[in-house]
Amino acid sequence: MIDLEHIHRDFRVGDQIVHALDDVTLRIGAGDYVSIMGPSGSGKSTLLNIIGLLDRPSSGTYRLDGRDVTALSDTEQARVRNRQIGFVFQAFHLVPRLTAFENVELPLLLAGVDPRQRRQRVAAALEALGLGDRAHHKPDQLSGGQRQRVAIARATVTRPGVLLADEPTGNLDHRAGAEVIHTLEGLNREGITLIVVTHDPLVGERARRQLHMLDGRLEREGGSSHASP
Amino acid sequence: MHLRSGDIGRFAWGALRGYPTRTLLMLLAMAIGVAAVVVLTALGEGARRYVVGEFSALGTNLLIVIPGRSETGGLNPSTLMGETPRDLTIADAAALTRSLAVRRVAPLNVGQAEVNRGGRSREVVIIGATHDYLEIRHWKLGQGRFLPAEKWERAVPVAVIGSRIRRELFGPQRVLGEWLRIGDRRYRVIGILASEGRSIGIDVEDLVIIPVASAQQLFNTPSLFRILVEARSRKAIEPVRRFVLDTLQQRHQGVRDVTVITQDAVLATFDKILGALTYAVGGIAAISLGVAGILIMNVMLVAVSQRTAEIGLLKALGASRPAITTLILAEAVLLSAAGASGGLLLGLLGNQAIRHALPVLPAQTPLWAVVSALGVAVLTGLLFSILPARRAARLDPVLALARR
Repeated sequence: MIDLEHIHRDFRVGDQIVHALDDVTLRIGAGDYVSIMGPSGSGKSTLLNIIGLLDRPSSGTYRLDGRDVTALSDTEQARVRNRQIGFVFQAFHLVPRLTAFENVELPLLLAGVDPRQRRQRVAAALEALGLGDRAHHKPDQLSGGQRQRVAIARATVTRPGVLLADEPTGNLDHRAGAEVIHTLEGLNREGITLIVVTHDPLVGERARRQLHMLDGRLEREGGSSHASP
Repeated sequence: MHLRSGDIGRFAWGALRGYPTRTLLMLLAMAIGVAAVVVLTALGEGARRYVVGEFSALGTNLLIVIPGRSETGGLNPSTLMGETPRDLTIADAAALTRSLAVRRVAPLNVGQAEVNRGGRSREVVIIGATHDYLEIRHWKLGQGRFLPAEKWERAVPVAVIGSRIRRELFGPQRVLGEWLRIGDRRYRVIGILASEGRSIGIDVEDLVIIPVASAQQLFNTPSLFRILVEARSRKAIEPVRRFVLDTLQQRHQGVRDVTVITQDAVLATFDKILGALTYAVGGIAAISLGVAGILIMNVMLVAVSQRTAEIGLLKALGASRPAITTLILAEAVLLSAAGASGGLLLGLLGNQAIRHALPVLPAQTPLWAVVSALGVAVLTGLLFSILPARRAARLDPVLALARR
């Protein structure tokens, strides 16, 4: 359960203050499927970064599963990112010198999980995404779609409750993009909260709940079903 | 939630292998620094050992009695020149044998003279000595026998010659029992020194030893150049020194007019000087380690900015600031440890080469230098990586991930 109340995020650019997020209040229930759409500069990525604890709001409160996470220390936030949040990026952000297996292993390694247990969980995560035979390939030996699926495996290997995807199809052709979206939706059906930032309406409109942003504000909401008020 | 040390090592190793050129350059810098320390201290230590060895070759538990008294004791030019206010005599030397703490006494005369044999001549160092001299100096005979154990006052016309004299003057002929002219006197050759002995300032191959009384005749002097006294043990050196001073004072009408140098004192002085030299040289070499450290900092800073996206990613995946710091520092430590080990190997090979090229110089790095070179290398690597590591830890993940 993600609960944002009166979130502001201001950036100082020169001597001007830019309101990247302007009083955003938002609740996202567990297991929801939300897309955030809007033109570039509308604040959708900033919102995602705040939800993902990569950025701190200038003011406002953010509760994750009932716990106020805005006040947490850097190290505690890192732990929350590790355990409860998975990220999928437009640019995949795989470490080029590491194999698919090692890339997926990273969050477990950072958590200090026992190597034997790690191997099982990584293998399972890769298998679940149909990458069992690509485990020992380096990113440059994989197609774009495969890379993004490795990234998804990495984001889900710690079994987080929330999966944040920032333009997950932005660097992919149509077919690979559709494949990635199906993969993400499959994970959502299994219970993960999926939040996708995109400016591709074909992607955004698939979500059950669709948020539109403009100039740092939530403009309107649409979608097939509303899980929260 | 803590990184496992094995994982830290593996990750850091992987990161180093990911940028081979940079890694090799840093390894090289570190290795050169450590190798410099290892080789230079080995040279210093080699010089120290060489000098100490030379002095030890003089004999063990040795006291050297020199006529004349230096005011301050120890070593000064006049004691080395052997200026002679009151002469030492053979009788003085004989008096010094009357102590149980004294093992051997050798009265000594030294001079230069022309040595002739069948038309060939050569200017040579002549040592007037006695039967015990060979053992005191730890020299060896190649052929024949050494000076006979006669009364010291007897001027027996015999000579023991060095191997070069034998070669130059006699060639391949039979030598033992042959006659040799030194100055205007004739001596029968009774022995040849083995050439393996060595001594400061004296080339064993190029000298002639005759009985001390014969040397006094030859140089037309009633006095001695100096007296060597060998104490029975190391502990006996000090009592023997007092005994020598007292005995000679008594014999010289109550005037204390000799100087006794213990070999230990000379040795200790040289030991100290050369030891300090080794430290100094090691310190200078350590500067190159500092330079390597700065290089490491520089390259680690570049590495951090090169890998901004990766660091941002690690943060997104749940790496805390301490974790990032640890990973970067581990990289630096691994790098400097590997470089230091390589440098150690390189330095030891260098030592080997020096020992091969200069067998007289026992070039060997002292343990303290090895330990401190490795320690300083790893420490500088660590120290100079703190700044880059902190910079990495403080990276804003949003900006880091946005940059490609």
